[in-house]
Amino acid sequence: MIRIDSVTKRYPDGTVAVDNLSLEIPDRSITVFVGPSGCGKTTTLRMINRMIEPSEGTILLDGKDITQQPVNTLRRSMGYVIQNAGLFQHRTIVDNIATVPRLLGWSKEKARARARELMERVGLDGALAKRYPYQLSGGQQQRVGVARALAADPPVLLMDEPFSAVDPVVRKGLQDELLRIQAELGKTIVFVTHDIDEAVKIGTMVAVMRTGGHLAQFAPPADLLSSPADAFVEDFLGADRGIRRLSFFSSAGLDLLTTPIVAVDSTAGQIAERAATDVPYLLVTDVDGKPLGWSEPGTLTAGAIDPAGLLSHGRPFEHGKESLRAALDGAVLSPTGWAVAVGADGRVTGVVSQQTIGEAIRTAHAEGRTDAKVAG
Amino acid sequence: MNSGIFDIPSDLQNTYWGLVGLHLRLALIPVVAGLLVALPIAQFCVLLRWLYPPVLWVTTILYAVPSLAFFVVLIDYTGQTELTVMIPLGVYSLVVFVPAIVDGVRSVPQETLDAATAMGLGPVRRYFQVQLPIAAPAIIAGLRVATVSSISLVSVGMLIGNQGGLGNLLNDGMIYHQPRLVWLSVIGTAVLAILADALLVLVRLLVTPWMPRGSRKPRPVDEPEARPEPAAAALEDAVR
Repeated sequence: MIRIDSVTKRYPDGTVAVDNLSLEIPDRSITVFVGPSGCGKTTTLRMINRMIEPSEGTILLDGKDITQQPVNTLRRSMGYVIQNAGLFQHRTIVDNIATVPRLLGWSKEKARARARELMERVGLDGALAKRYPYQLSGGQQQRVGVARALAADPPVLLMDEPFSAVDPVVRKGLQDELLRIQAELGKTIVFVTHDIDEAVKIGTMVAVMRTGGHLAQFAPPADLLSSPADAFVEDFLGADRGIRRLSFFSSAGLDLLTTPIVAVDSTAGQIAERAATDVPYLLVTDVDGKPLGWSEPGTLTAGAIDPAGLLSHGRPFEHGKESLRAALDGAVLSPTGWAVAVGADGRVTGVVSQQTIGEAIRTAHAEGRTDAKVAG
Repeated sequence: MNSGIFDIPSDLQNTYWGLVGLHLRLALIPVVAGLLVALPIAQFCVLLRWLYPPVLWVTTILYAVPSLAFFVVLIDYTGQTELTVMIPLGVYSLVVFVPAIVDGVRSVPQETLDAATAMGLGPVRRYFQVQLPIAAPAIIAGLRVATVSSISLVSVGMLIGNQGGLGNLLNDGMIYHQPRLVWLSVIGTAVLAILADALLVLVRLLVTPWMPRGSRKPRPVDEPEARPEPAAAALEDAVR
């Protein structure tokens, strides 16, 4: 556990970068520092590996003051990932990754073997091992940066806006990859970003900081969204925090309706039977059970269903795995106001109305529960 | 006396190839010495930013001093020796080396330095393992200029008595009215300069395999097609 105890960083010109900050960074979880430029988040991160020394206060790592060990020993026990990766452009990918193991005295062969193992872990093709950084894309370079930080298997990983310089699509991939790696390795990760969505997505705990180095709120992301401490945090979270909070409610509790579903090759009898229920629309699926679209029962003719003439079914959500946000999104996207639930195989498992989703949201709020983070 | 094309007057007490060797020695030792002196000076200039402008002024002023003036002063101390020729040449090379090294070291991206520091490389390791290798192309570019200019400047050493390598031959050619000797000197010097330059280009190619080459494939871009879900999510965001 990293414990930041009444830490202040004041520069000679009087600027206060971090003002009397105290918080505990829990082990084996991702703690995100988020805030606008100049809020002291990067300064805080850099005080943890002593690239910046605090003016006042102490930082404890597992109960011991971090100034009690040689600075380079401390740094080699903490992986560091930086914006734009900061790779050594004059070294091959494998030698970049092997940097810290080599510093720790590993043999070249052992360090390189470890580097190749890590390339695989972060999703890099082994064929890139002998390349130089300029031959890699931005996203690949950032993966190398993560692999390099993990090379000596440090218990702590410091990440300073690691994904800010890549485009949104690549960033989402890197975030997902980080969560996957974290699920496998369980590091204590301290992550700095200015992107609140990134903080909410990957953080176990989120520390919102405001200009002047003040801690505005330190809470799990769901709590942040449901009860922001003050107007600053609320403003920083943005307009649709209510909707985003739904990401933390699982769709598992939704009662699905399985009756108003017909396959595209249904007989007239089956259609009539399904239409008899009190639902204004029928969902048509293909022969594999994957959704095609909605239709009013009266317009369906057995044997002559035209998939192109159906109403959009929105984006189906994976029942149980995705959140109420995904379910609501699916319902809102469909002109019928119904969302389609599918299983992991993409086959329809049921449908659910906006009304039912609304009730589920009210129930979730009433129970004040926040499920463990759910995908989507 | 058989008149081979490379025959030279006996007063030079040397063969043509002997003069070539002498010329290279007189030209290259000062360049190497200049580089070794410039490295620490440049590092101080990188560490103490205010030091750089005055250091540049000093090297520029020294470069403006005519070699003849240097010889006049030095001859009292070092006599008519090779050293008297080499010292000014070494001093002149500083005007090329100091800015080349400073710019090269400063061109190392801050992220790279931060990453090195964060991984536990101390200042010495950082200098030798990160800054210097990345500055190598700039330093070699400086080395090329310094080497070529030194090779051409050596000739002036003949002013203090047979210390000018191929320059002595030029002098003889003019005294004896033998154009052949003048050509031998001038073309010989030019060929030496071109060969030395070509060699340094080769060295740069060998020590910097990590530099993007002219005719390389374009840098790869991240391929979003490989991951369809994020695109779907982005679309969904746009709708929302």
